[in-house]
Amino acid sequence: MLNRFFSIVASSLLLGMVGAPAASADVLDDIKKKGVLVVGSKADYRPFGFLDSSGKIVGFEADLAADVAKRLGVKLQLVPVVASNRIQFLQQGKIDLMIATTSDTPERRKIVDFVDPNYYASGLNVMAQKSARLKSWEQLRGKKVCLIQGAFYNKELQEKYGVDGVAFPGTAETYAALKNGNCIAFAYDDTAIVGEMLKPEWRAYEMPLDSILVVPWGVAVKQGEKAFAGFMSKTIADWHKTGFIQQLEKKWEIKPTKFAQEMRNKHK
Amino acid sequence: MESFWDWFRWLHGATGINLTIFYDPFDRGRFANGFLTTLKLAAVCIVLSVLIGVVGAWLQGSRLRITRHIVYWYIQFFRNTPPLVQLYFFYFGIGSLLKGADVSGIPVPLISNVAWAIVSLSFFAGAFNVEIFRSGVEAVPTTTIEAAESLGFSRVRTYLFIVLPLAFRICLPALNNNLVNLVKTTTLAYAIAVPEMLYVSSQIWSDELNVPVMMNVLLICYFALVGSLVYVMHRWERAIRVPGFGV
Repeated sequence: MLNRFFSIVASSLLLGMVGAPAASADVLDDIKKKGVLVVGSKADYRPFGFLDSSGKIVGFEADLAADVAKRLGVKLQLVPVVASNRIQFLQQGKIDLMIATTSDTPERRKIVDFVDPNYYASGLNVMAQKSARLKSWEQLRGKKVCLIQGAFYNKELQEKYGVDGVAFPGTAETYAALKNGNCIAFAYDDTAIVGEMLKPEWRAYEMPLDSILVVPWGVAVKQGEKAFAGFMSKTIADWHKTGFIQQLEKKWEIKPTKFAQEMRNKHK
Repeated sequence: MESFWDWFRWLHGATGINLTIFYDPFDRGRFANGFLTTLKLAAVCIVLSVLIGVVGAWLQGSRLRITRHIVYWYIQFFRNTPPLVQLYFFYFGIGSLLKGADVSGIPVPLISNVAWAIVSLSFFAGAFNVEIFRSGVEAVPTTTIEAAESLGFSRVRTYLFIVLPLAFRICLPALNNNLVNLVKTTTLAYAIAVPEMLYVSSQIWSDELNVPVMMNVLLICYFALVGSLVYVMHRWERAIRVPGFGV
């Protein structure tokens, strides 16, 4: 009821601004007109999107975004996003395109348009001290496990695996909490853990479990942007065909994944 | 009861208003817990911050310069820094220094996140309360205090039995304001993963993607919570009013 009331208020406010130039329906035209492609990307997810020493966002996904901009012949602007705001940013038009390590799930497909094919995939694993001697997910039942606010697997981990979740807004806080011992393990994407463990400070830690919930990652556009989605679909298929994804894996020192290999074979 | 919960499922299908906190048992459980955590956090912090205020205002009138200085710098520190920064400072800064270890040598924090939230928020609101109580203490006529002294009251007893009861009545409106703010500030504890109402709501809306609905739920819950606090405080204010004293 209240919800409807707010939407009525909001829409009447919008109606009041009819004089303002209405946003055209096609974001692809807008991007070309502006000459800038705004892509939402992670800034705390090494090696997919992180800040280099000059404060610029670089990484696997930043390279993908740069490739899209090159194909469109426009400049690229990267906007740092986190799991709990990226979808809202896309819905509000703050970003044109989301390449932000986003798992492609049916719930999310209801509110934004994911582009087929998927460009990458990751599973869920944990990072824990070697001395914790973790062998199976069952050992985590009832234990404090650090999580990231807004990650899609949080509910399942707590409901099915019975972990006592302690969720933080960003990865920096979560890594600090893991180090402080506020949780015995940090459940996160295996792809990110591999990247983080390259740092010497994590020498006493390991990624001991078998990855679960392997989910493909999707690039997403705002709902209804058919032309842009079509363009992205062709672009991603081309990435797989030309082996661009695997080149980037090599460039960013990511262990070659089965997913990328399979997609390459499929699109050959 | 089950049909009552199921009505919300129907509501979702019929209108799109997705109140999973009613029909989904897991969400219902965690939201109820979040509500209770907020309630407990607010209650404990209110009591502690008022205590800090009373004691601090007493120490401000101390004859020892060092005591007055400590209170002064305590107020400066906690009033001039944002509460979120204080939370981070306590939890990540000091918390990382206070570590024990369990049998297998894995570090365990000595103080939990909930405890840090209580400490940090109580000190934060307490700093304001000291100043609020001081305003009340200073408004008590010196003649009243002299009268108490001449009757042989010691300094502590004068403060406890004469000054404080009068000061309390004078500063209650200002105290109400600060306590209302304190209840609202408990939401910041979500940043250090204290499972209070905002924290669980953000978890729920990330899982269920019902952001606008949950934001409205939050708004209503806090409105009700703060509303009840204000109601109780007003009743109390009227109940302890001394006719002819103050305004």
